[in-house]
Amino acid sequence: MPKAKAAFFDFACCEGCQIEMTNFGDAAFLELLNHIEIVEFREAISEKTTEPIDVAFIEGSFTREADRARLEDIRRRAKIVIAYGQCATTAGINALKNHQKDYKECVYGKDAGMPHLDSAQALPISAAIKVDYNAYGCPVNKYEVLQIVSHLLHGKEPVIPNHPVCVECKRRETVCRYHEGDHCLGQVARAGCGAPCPAAGIPCEACRGFVDHPNEAALKKVLKEKAGFSERRADGKTLMWTANQRGTSTPKHDAKTPALTAPQGGKQ
Amino acid sequence: MTTEAKVRVHHLTRVEGHGNIEVDVKNGKVTKCQWQVPEAPRFFEAMVRGRHYTEVARVTSRICGICSIGHTLASLKATEASLGIKVTEQTDLLRRLLKHAENFDSHVLHVYFLAAPDLVGAPSVLPLVKTHGDVVTCALRLKRLGHEWGSLIGGRTTHPTTAVPGGFSSLPTAKELQALKDRLLSAVPDLEATVKTVAALAPKIPAFSRPTEYIALHDKVEYGLYDGVISSCMPDGTKSTWPVSDYRKVTNEYVVPQSTAKYTKNKLDCYAAGALARFNNNFEQLHPEARKVAQALGMKPVCGNPYLNTAAQAVEVVHSVHESLRLIGELLKKGLRDEAPVKPARFGRGAAGVEVPRGILFHEYEYDKDGMCLMGNCIIPTNQNHGNIQKDFEKLVPELVKAGKGEKEMELALEMLVRAYDPCISCSTHYLDVKFTR
Repeated sequence: MPKAKAAFFDFACCEGCQIEMTNFGDAAFLELLNHIEIVEFREAISEKTTEPIDVAFIEGSFTREADRARLEDIRRRAKIVIAYGQCATTAGINALKNHQKDYKECVYGKDAGMPHLDSAQALPISAAIKVDYNAYGCPVNKYEVLQIVSHLLHGKEPVIPNHPVCVECKRRETVCRYHEGDHCLGQVARAGCGAPCPAAGIPCEACRGFVDHPNEAALKKVLKEKAGFSERRADGKTLMWTANQRGTSTPKHDAKTPALTAPQGGKQ
Repeated sequence: MTTEAKVRVHHLTRVEGHGNIEVDVKNGKVTKCQWQVPEAPRFFEAMVRGRHYTEVARVTSRICGICSIGHTLASLKATEASLGIKVTEQTDLLRRLLKHAENFDSHVLHVYFLAAPDLVGAPSVLPLVKTHGDVVTCALRLKRLGHEWGSLIGGRTTHPTTAVPGGFSSLPTAKELQALKDRLLSAVPDLEATVKTVAALAPKIPAFSRPTEYIALHDKVEYGLYDGVISSCMPDGTKSTWPVSDYRKVTNEYVVPQSTAKYTKNKLDCYAAGALARFNNNFEQLHPEARKVAQALGMKPVCGNPYLNTAAQAVEVVHSVHESLRLIGELLKKGLRDEAPVKPARFGRGAAGVEVPRGILFHEYEYDKDGMCLMGNCIIPTNQNHGNIQKDFEKLVPELVKAGKGEKEMELALEMLVRAYDPCISCSTHYLDVKFTR
């Protein structure tokens, strides 16, 4: 059987998820290369391809219309598209700016009007193209990626967790953060990470986003009543990795917002 | 003499983030020579506003996946400076150990996976699995060691979890620290192999040099990584220092049209940060084993060849292992104590500096009386290098033209130069292209 051709692509992100792919160690990494052929991975290799690919891994958010054509090209060439990491699946931390109006002025001051500094709403990859599987997390759980790949290679349907982090804390017998006088978002946060944060004495920040249909109102109530949060902090808390999952409306790029004009560096 | 050349490198590979290079040579004259940074900007300084002080480092860690430990530490230190928190000696030692893990991890990645393929004429590390199997497995082993080392102290290496304002939310056990010490000791043969590999490739590193100002942290107690004052080393070796709180006077950020990342300058038109800047500023404080490596690689301060930044990283890899053995020894001797994170004493404004693998990093914040962030400012090492890369290009391209280099050779020389800086463009914002128009 020929090896599956895999390619890795990145958009607006910190590239931490692809770094996780280098952390398997020699045995697991070299074994993986026995099953897949990496044909493109800009940060790691200079090889590039315009050929069809079996699996495209996409990291990062869709933040400017100028990136749409590149995403559509990847979709056309790839049998399977996997959005990996939170920036790609929900726009993650990048979406924190979506509820602000003055983010450009805040960072670039009087230069904010320069056309190359423009940036629209931070959106998930699925806002531009069809995504077949989501591997959540900030950073992604590298073993979950390995599991998805393994399932696909064996012709099985990967299981993407949709239960809250609380389940994983119970399973590993971690004392609840609320019992320690702290707060936590584990009640509505999507599991699959193994709940390492509460076990290390810190609250779950929902870095994998919310489960489907979270009870946001109850979360806010618990944050206020059990953790003593102010209204303002309880509101802000749920935004960290979930800004695009609030309410029912799906954010879209505003047609009036000009796309970044010189992303390819060709114009002065 | 090259008369006509056009180089266009779109999305330079084997660097973190996206950047472009554009060079045009017409009738033997360089008509264009530009380093461009069109990475999608992400607006972190806006995003930290309204975050609670316990969340700010979680947000700013996400500026960069490779230097997330450094961003976390710079953020925590700046928050602590704003909140009047003084951490314990144990926290200080553990954070230094965590910082070494990141430098080691990132340098191994850069030296082996990003820089070395150019020197053996390969497009990437993948074909080397067949031709240089031993070297690749050694690299993967060291990379995994860096990952486990950082994970033990920080919870994980990409966006650490346990480092919090005022201390740590959980600690490694003495047994785990002892096991790490044993692993570091058993890595010594791999380190020796690394030095041998770098020394064998060193003759292929281009001979190029440009008088440069080098800026790095200088720490009284060790080769500056986790803490210290800002130090500048001029081409003639003259040094001067500033407190970190004066970082804006040293960095002088400005916006240019070819970049979404801001540029910086101090005494000259631009300056360099990174392993070579640390090497030039703090050579005497390197561990003796690391100084031996520098000698074996023929390096001494002040070194003005930017391509040797990669060699300086190899020197630091060895330094970090030996320094960490000392730090673990000290922690084990004192005995680990459960300590609750230190609480804020006030709410105000504060700045901090940390050396991340790519150079000096500054964070600054201001908090209101409820501990909510009012403003943030982050100055990233790659931003501080963009101007310097541009000036290196402006000296290097005419030299390549004079030497009659063809487009391919020119392109490789420029790509290698950028890679030597190990740029982290998502940090500075994110991108790179070499372009030559005819």
